[in-house]
Amino acid sequence: MDDLDRRIVNALQGGFPVCERPFAVAAEGLGMDETTLIARIAALRAEGVLSRFGPLYKAEGLGGAVTLAAMAVPEDRFEEVVALVNAHPEVAHNYARDHQLNMWFVLATEDEARIAATIRAIEAETGLAVLNMPRLAEYHVGLRLEA
Amino acid sequence: MDAADRRIVQATQAGLPLEPRPYHAIAEATGLPPAEVMQRMERMLAEDAIRRIGAVPNHYALGYRANGMVVWDVADEVVDALGARIAALGLSSHCYRRPRHPPHWPYNLFTMVHGRERAEAMRAVEAIAAVLGPAARAHEVLFSTQILKKTGLRLAG
Repeated sequence: MDDLDRRIVNALQGGFPVCERPFAVAAEGLGMDETTLIARIAALRAEGVLSRFGPLYKAEGLGGAVTLAAMAVPEDRFEEVVALVNAHPEVAHNYARDHQLNMWFVLATEDEARIAATIRAIEAETGLAVLNMPRLAEYHVGLRLEA
Repeated sequence: MDAADRRIVQATQAGLPLEPRPYHAIAEATGLPPAEVMQRMERMLAEDAIRRIGAVPNHYALGYRANGMVVWDVADEVVDALGARIAALGLSSHCYRRPRHPPHWPYNLFTMVHGRERAEAMRAVEAIAAVLGPAARAHEVLFSTQILKKTGLRLAG
Protein backbone atom coordinates (compact mmCIF):
# COMPACT_ATOMS: atom_id res chain seq x y z
CA MET A 1 0.00 0.00 0.00
CA ASP A 2 1.54 3.35 -1.04
CA ASP A 3 0.53 6.96 -0.37
CA LEU A 4 -1.97 6.99 -3.22
CA ASP A 5 -3.69 3.89 -1.79
CA ARG A 6 -3.77 5.50 1.67
CA ARG A 7 -5.42 8.61 0.26
CA ILE A 8 -8.03 6.48 -1.50
CA VAL A 9 -8.84 4.46 1.64
CA ASN A 10 -9.01 7.57 3.84
CA ALA A 11 -11.04 9.68 1.44
CA LEU A 12 -13.54 7.10 0.24
CA GLN A 13 -14.89 5.55 3.46
CA GLY A 14 -18.15 7.27 2.62
CA GLY A 15 -19.60 9.88 0.34
CA PHE A 16 -19.00 7.98 -2.89
CA PRO A 17 -21.24 9.79 -5.39
CA VAL A 18 -24.38 8.48 -7.04
CA CYS A 19 -24.13 9.72 -10.63
CA GLU A 20 -23.30 8.49 -14.09
CA ARG A 21 -19.48 8.50 -13.71
CA PRO A 22 -18.89 8.34 -9.93
CA PHE A 23 -15.32 7.04 -10.16
CA ALA A 24 -14.44 9.96 -12.44
CA VAL A 25 -15.93 12.43 -9.91
CA ALA A 26 -14.16 10.79 -6.94
CA ALA A 27 -10.89 10.54 -8.90
CA GLU A 28 -10.95 14.25 -9.67
CA GLY A 29 -11.17 15.06 -5.97
CA LEU A 30 -8.13 12.85 -5.39
CA GLY A 31 -6.12 14.29 -8.26
CA MET A 32 -6.01 11.11 -10.32
CA ASP A 33 -7.89 9.73 -13.31
CA GLU A 34 -10.86 7.40 -13.38
CA THR A 35 -8.96 4.40 -14.78
CA THR A 36 -6.28 4.63 -12.09
CA LEU A 37 -8.85 4.89 -9.30
CA ILE A 38 -10.82 1.86 -10.52
CA ALA A 39 -7.63 -0.21 -10.90
CA ARG A 40 -6.39 0.83 -7.43
CA ILE A 41 -9.71 -0.04 -5.77
CA ALA A 42 -9.76 -3.42 -7.55
CA ALA A 43 -6.21 -4.13 -6.33
CA LEU A 44 -7.06 -3.08 -2.73
CA ARG A 45 -10.06 -5.42 -2.88
CA ALA A 46 -7.93 -8.29 -4.23
CA GLU A 47 -5.28 -7.75 -1.53
CA GLY A 48 -7.92 -7.74 1.19
CA VAL A 49 -7.18 -4.17 2.35
CA LEU A 50 -10.83 -3.47 1.55
CA SER A 51 -13.36 -6.13 2.45
CA ARG A 52 -15.81 -4.42 0.09
CA PHE A 53 -16.33 -1.33 -2.00
CA GLY A 54 -19.92 -0.24 -2.28
CA PRO A 55 -23.05 0.50 -0.26
CA LEU A 56 -23.14 -0.45 3.41
CA TYR A 57 -26.72 -1.54 3.97
CA LYS A 58 -28.36 -1.27 7.35
CA ALA A 59 -30.72 -4.19 8.00
CA GLU A 60 -33.21 -2.16 10.07
CA GLY A 61 -33.39 0.49 7.36
CA LEU A 62 -34.45 -2.20 4.91
CA GLY A 63 -37.20 -3.37 7.23
CA GLY A 64 -34.95 -6.14 8.53
CA ALA A 65 -33.50 -6.97 11.91
CA VAL A 66 -29.99 -7.20 13.31
CA THR A 67 -28.49 -8.45 16.54
CA LEU A 68 -25.19 -9.28 18.23
CA ALA A 69 -24.89 -12.78 19.64
CA ALA A 70 -22.24 -14.46 21.77
CA MET A 71 -21.28 -18.04 22.56
CA ALA A 72 -18.83 -19.76 24.91
CA VAL A 73 -17.31 -22.42 22.65
CA PRO A 74 -15.01 -25.12 24.08
CA GLU A 75 -11.56 -24.69 22.48
CA ASP A 76 -11.48 -28.23 21.11
CA ARG A 77 -14.76 -27.64 19.26
CA PHE A 78 -13.96 -24.18 17.97
CA GLU A 79 -13.33 -25.00 14.28
CA GLU A 80 -16.39 -27.24 14.10
CA VAL A 81 -18.64 -24.57 15.65
CA VAL A 82 -17.21 -21.82 13.38
CA ALA A 83 -18.23 -23.91 10.36
CA LEU A 84 -21.75 -24.52 11.75
CA VAL A 85 -22.32 -20.85 12.62
CA ASN A 86 -20.81 -19.38 9.44
CA ALA A 87 -22.87 -21.72 7.27
CA HIS A 88 -25.92 -19.56 8.09
CA PRO A 89 -26.24 -16.74 5.52
CA GLU A 90 -27.82 -14.65 8.31
CA VAL A 91 -24.38 -14.45 9.97
CA ALA A 92 -22.93 -11.21 8.56
CA HIS A 93 -19.77 -10.97 10.72
CA ASN A 94 -18.15 -13.34 13.15
CA TYR A 95 -15.17 -12.61 15.42
CA ALA A 96 -13.14 -14.74 17.83
CA ARG A 97 -12.46 -12.83 21.07
CA ASP A 98 -10.26 -13.58 24.06
CA HIS A 99 -12.94 -14.14 26.70
CA GLN A 100 -14.93 -17.06 28.04
CA LEU A 101 -17.56 -15.83 25.55
CA ASN A 102 -15.12 -16.41 22.72
CA MET A 103 -17.33 -16.19 19.62
CA TRP A 104 -19.26 -13.03 18.75
CA PHE A 105 -21.36 -12.77 15.62
CA VAL A 106 -23.80 -10.36 14.03
CA LEU A 107 -27.05 -11.72 12.62
CA ALA A 108 -28.73 -9.63 9.93
CA THR A 109 -32.09 -10.92 8.72
CA GLU A 110 -35.13 -9.76 6.84
CA ASP A 111 -37.40 -9.90 9.88
CA GLU A 112 -37.33 -10.25 13.64
CA ALA A 113 -38.70 -13.81 13.59
CA ARG A 114 -35.76 -14.94 11.49
CA ILE A 115 -33.33 -13.77 14.24
CA ALA A 116 -34.97 -16.01 16.83
CA ALA A 117 -35.20 -18.91 14.37
CA THR A 118 -31.50 -18.64 13.45
CA ILE A 119 -30.47 -18.53 17.12
CA ARG A 120 -32.60 -21.61 17.83
CA ALA A 121 -31.07 -23.41 14.84
CA ILE A 122 -27.50 -22.59 15.95
CA GLU A 123 -28.25 -23.73 19.50
CA ALA A 124 -29.72 -27.00 18.19
CA GLU A 125 -26.83 -27.67 15.79
CA THR A 126 -24.07 -26.87 18.29
CA GLY A 127 -25.68 -27.86 21.59
CA LEU A 128 -24.39 -24.53 22.97
CA ALA A 129 -26.27 -21.56 24.39
CA VAL A 130 -26.41 -18.35 22.33
CA LEU A 131 -26.70 -15.04 24.21
CA ASN A 132 -28.78 -12.54 22.23
CA MET A 133 -27.70 -8.92 22.68
CA PRO A 134 -29.78 -6.73 20.38
CA ARG A 135 -29.08 -3.01 20.21
CA LEU A 136 -31.34 -1.08 22.61
CA ALA A 137 -29.85 2.32 21.78
CA GLU A 138 -27.24 3.62 19.37
CA TYR A 139 -25.06 6.61 20.22
CA HIS A 140 -23.73 8.38 17.16
CA VAL A 141 -19.99 8.18 16.49
CA GLY A 142 -17.89 9.76 13.77
CA LEU A 143 -14.64 7.81 14.03
CA ARG A 144 -13.05 6.61 10.81
CA LEU A 145 -9.91 4.54 10.63
CA GLU A 146 -6.90 6.21 9.07
CA ALA A 147 -4.86 4.05 6.72
CA MET B 1 -38.38 -2.13 0.66
CA ASP B 2 -40.23 -3.08 -2.50
CA ALA B 3 -39.24 -5.60 -5.16
CA ALA B 4 -37.13 -3.11 -7.13
CA ASP B 5 -35.18 -2.01 -4.01
CA ARG B 6 -34.65 -5.65 -3.22
CA ARG B 7 -33.15 -6.32 -6.65
CA ILE B 8 -30.81 -3.36 -6.19
CA VAL B 9 -29.71 -4.60 -2.76
CA GLN B 10 -29.06 -8.05 -4.15
CA ALA B 11 -27.06 -6.66 -7.06
CA THR B 12 -24.87 -4.43 -4.86
CA GLN B 13 -24.56 -6.08 -1.44
CA ALA B 14 -21.20 -7.68 -2.35
CA GLY B 15 -20.00 -4.38 -3.80
CA LEU B 16 -20.41 -1.93 -6.67
CA PRO B 17 -19.26 -3.05 -10.10
CA LEU B 18 -15.74 -1.59 -10.54
CA GLU B 19 -16.32 0.00 -13.92
CA PRO B 20 -16.83 3.58 -15.14
CA ARG B 21 -20.66 3.46 -15.01
CA PRO B 22 -21.41 1.19 -12.04
CA TYR B 23 -25.03 2.31 -11.61
CA HIS B 24 -25.68 1.61 -15.27
CA ALA B 25 -24.27 -1.89 -14.79
CA ILE B 26 -26.65 -2.36 -11.84
CA ALA B 27 -29.49 -1.11 -14.03
CA GLU B 28 -28.66 -3.73 -16.60
CA ALA B 29 -28.44 -6.46 -13.95
CA THR B 30 -31.77 -5.50 -12.37
CA GLY B 31 -33.72 -4.54 -15.48
CA LEU B 32 -34.40 -1.04 -14.08
CA PRO B 33 -33.64 2.24 -15.88
CA PRO B 34 -30.30 3.77 -14.71
CA ALA B 35 -32.02 6.96 -13.49
CA GLU B 36 -34.34 4.89 -11.31
CA VAL B 37 -31.44 2.89 -9.82
CA MET B 38 -29.68 6.13 -8.85
CA GLN B 39 -32.84 7.75 -7.53
CA ARG B 40 -33.66 4.67 -5.40
CA MET B 41 -30.13 4.48 -4.02
CA GLU B 42 -30.21 8.20 -3.14
CA ARG B 43 -33.50 7.58 -1.34
CA MET B 44 -32.05 4.62 0.59
CA LEU B 45 -29.13 6.86 1.62
CA ALA B 46 -31.52 9.57 2.78
CA GLU B 47 -33.57 7.02 4.74
CA ASP B 48 -30.40 5.51 6.27
CA ALA B 49 -31.15 2.11 4.71
CA ILE B 50 -27.70 2.68 3.21
CA ARG B 51 -25.32 3.93 5.92
CA ARG B 52 -22.77 5.08 3.36
CA ILE B 53 -21.26 4.17 0.00
CA GLY B 54 -17.54 3.65 -0.31
CA ALA B 55 -14.54 1.69 0.89
CA VAL B 56 -15.06 -0.82 3.71
CA PRO B 57 -11.55 -1.37 5.07
CA ASN B 58 -10.35 -4.48 6.79
CA HIS B 59 -9.04 -3.17 10.15
CA TYR B 60 -6.30 -5.78 10.29
CA ALA B 61 -5.05 -5.04 6.78
CA LEU B 62 -4.72 -1.34 7.70
CA GLY B 63 -2.45 -2.32 10.57
CA TYR B 64 -5.10 -2.08 13.30
CA ARG B 65 -4.31 -5.39 14.95
CA ALA B 66 -5.71 -4.47 18.35
CA ASN B 67 -9.50 -4.29 18.00
CA GLY B 68 -11.22 -4.36 21.34
CA MET B 69 -14.86 -4.56 22.26
CA VAL B 70 -15.04 -2.71 25.56
CA VAL B 71 -18.09 -3.51 27.65
CA TRP B 72 -19.20 -1.46 30.64
CA ASP B 73 -21.70 -1.92 33.45
CA VAL B 74 -23.33 1.50 33.75
CA ALA B 75 -26.41 2.30 35.86
CA ASP B 76 -29.57 2.30 33.72
CA GLU B 77 -30.53 5.84 34.83
CA VAL B 78 -27.39 7.42 33.38
CA VAL B 79 -26.39 5.07 30.56
CA ASP B 80 -28.04 7.05 27.74
CA ALA B 81 -26.48 10.37 28.76
CA LEU B 82 -23.06 8.80 29.25
CA GLY B 83 -23.30 6.73 26.05
CA ALA B 84 -23.86 9.91 24.05
CA ARG B 85 -20.87 11.58 25.77
CA ILE B 86 -18.60 8.58 25.14
CA ALA B 87 -19.60 8.41 21.47
CA ALA B 88 -18.80 12.12 21.06
CA LEU B 89 -15.22 11.57 22.29
CA GLY B 90 -14.30 10.14 18.87
CA LEU B 91 -12.37 7.28 20.49
CA SER B 92 -14.71 4.45 19.55
CA SER B 93 -16.09 3.33 16.20
CA HIS B 94 -19.40 2.07 17.64
CA CYS B 95 -21.28 2.83 20.85
CA TYR B 96 -24.42 0.89 21.75
CA ARG B 97 -26.60 -0.02 24.71
CA ARG B 98 -27.45 -3.73 24.85
CA PRO B 99 -29.24 -5.94 27.39
CA ARG B 100 -27.43 -7.48 30.36
CA HIS B 101 -27.49 -11.26 30.86
CA PRO B 102 -27.02 -11.65 34.62
CA PRO B 103 -25.30 -13.15 36.49
CA HIS B 104 -22.47 -13.80 34.01
CA TRP B 105 -22.85 -10.77 31.78
CA PRO B 106 -23.57 -7.54 33.70
CA TYR B 107 -22.52 -5.21 30.86
CA ASN B 108 -24.95 -2.88 29.10
CA LEU B 109 -22.74 -0.32 27.25
CA PHE B 110 -20.63 -1.51 24.30
CA THR B 111 -17.84 0.47 22.63
CA MET B 112 -15.24 -0.56 20.04
CA VAL B 113 -11.67 0.73 20.20
CA HIS B 114 -8.86 0.21 17.71
CA GLY B 115 -5.09 0.50 17.82
CA ARG B 116 -2.04 -0.65 15.96
CA GLU B 117 -1.03 -2.27 19.25
CA ARG B 118 -2.99 -3.19 22.36
CA ALA B 119 -1.30 -0.38 24.33
CA GLU B 120 -2.75 2.18 21.88
CA ALA B 121 -6.24 0.66 22.18
CA MET B 122 -5.90 0.59 25.97
CA ARG B 123 -5.17 4.32 26.03
CA ALA B 124 -8.60 4.86 24.45
CA VAL B 125 -10.14 2.55 27.07
CA GLU B 126 -8.52 4.59 29.87
CA ALA B 127 -9.75 7.87 28.36
CA ILE B 128 -13.31 6.48 28.19
CA ALA B 129 -13.03 5.12 31.74
CA ALA B 130 -11.98 8.58 32.96
CA VAL B 131 -15.14 10.14 31.48
CA LEU B 132 -17.42 7.42 32.85
CA GLY B 133 -15.81 7.63 36.31
CA PRO B 134 -17.56 5.75 39.10
CA ALA B 135 -20.71 5.42 36.94
CA ALA B 136 -18.92 2.46 35.31
CA ARG B 137 -19.13 -0.21 38.00
CA ALA B 138 -17.08 -2.72 35.98
CA HIS B 139 -15.66 -3.15 32.52
CA GLU B 140 -13.84 -5.69 30.37
CA VAL B 141 -11.91 -5.46 27.10
CA LEU B 142 -12.50 -8.32 24.65
CA PHE B 143 -9.85 -8.14 21.95
CA SER B 144 -10.66 -9.89 18.70
CA THR B 145 -8.19 -12.63 17.88
CA GLN B 146 -9.51 -13.62 14.45
CA ILE B 147 -12.06 -12.50 11.86
CA LEU B 148 -14.10 -15.64 11.28
CA LYS B 149 -16.48 -14.05 8.76
CA LYS B 150 -17.05 -10.56 7.35
CA THR B 151 -19.52 -10.51 4.51
CA GLY B 152 -21.99 -7.90 5.70
CA LEU B 153 -25.70 -8.13 5.17
CA ARG B 154 -26.83 -10.69 2.59
CA LEU B 155 -30.37 -11.05 1.32
CA ALA B 156 -31.25 -14.56 0.25
CA GLY B 157 -31.36 -14.83 -3.53
